[in-house]
Amino acid sequence: MAQGSIKIRTAFDEKAGVHVVKSIFNHPMETGLRKDAAGQLVPAHFIKEVVCEHNGKPVFNAQWGTAISRNPYLSFELRGAKAGDKLSMRWVDNKDDSDSAEIVIG
Amino acid sequence: MKRRSLLQALLAGTVAAGLFGSRDADAAWAADAFAAKTIADALKGAFGTDVLVPSDAIAIKAPNLAENGAMVPIEVSTTLPGLESITFLVERNQNPLAATFYMSPDANRVLATRLKLGRSSAVLVVVRAGGTLYSARKEIDVTIGGCGG
Repeated sequence: MAQGSIKIRTAFDEKAGVHVVKSIFNHPMETGLRKDAAGQLVPAHFIKEVVCEHNGKPVFNAQWGTAISRNPYLSFELRGAKAGDKLSMRWVDNKDDSDSAEIVIG
Repeated sequence: MKRRSLLQALLAGTVAAGLFGSRDADAAWAADAFAAKTIADALKGAFGTDVLVPSDAIAIKAPNLAENGAMVPIEVSTTLPGLESITFLVERNQNPLAATFYMSPDANRVLATRLKLGRSSAVLVVVRAGGTLYSARKEIDVTIGGCGG
C-alpha cells in the first residue's frame, strides 16, 4: 500500500466564505501508450477512484481514466467547513494499490 | 465448504449490488465508458445517453494555448441547480473520457485539475444536473502532446 502520496492544504477565502482545498497525489498515471527508452510499452498504471469526505460526509467521488496528469492535482472549494473539521481523501489505482490521508482544517 | 463459501460470496455480491447499484456515486468504475473511442460512446457508457444541452451556467477556465499537453490546467464551476456530476472529456484523445466527479452540491461547486491532451483538442465538460446533461466546450492548442507519442 502506498503511503504519504497525498498532500492536502486548505486556506479560508474570506471574500467567498469557502475553504479552498488544494491536493496533490504522487502517482505515475501511466496511460499504457507510452514507450520506455528500450521501445517497450509501459503498462497502464493509473488512479481509478478518488473519494473525498468532510467529517465523514462525501464531498465528491471520482472515477478517473488515464487522461488525468501524472502526480494528479485537484483543487476545489469546500463550503460549510470550519476550523477543526476533518477532511479526508483516498485513492485506489488499477493495480489495487491505494492510499488515504486525513487533515484537520486549520 | 468451498461451495458454500462461494455461494455466500455470490449472495453478498448480489446484495451489495442491489444496495448500491442505484446510486451513481457508488457505481463500479465505468470500464466501457473509459475505453470508448468517441465522445458519443463515452457518454452513452457513462450516462446511457449522449444528448447534451449547451449551457452558459458552466464556466471553464483553461489556457487557450498549452505548451505541454501532459499537464493542462482546467477549472470548472457551475451554478446549475441539482448538480450531480462533472465530467471531463478530451475530444481528440484516443479515449476521450478523462474523469467523472460525482458531487455533493452543498459542499462543492468548483473543481480544478490537470488533464493530458495528446494534441490540440477541445475539452468538453458535461455537467449532469436534475437528470439532464449540460455541456460547455473549450478549444485548447497544444504545442507538445501529452500521451507519450
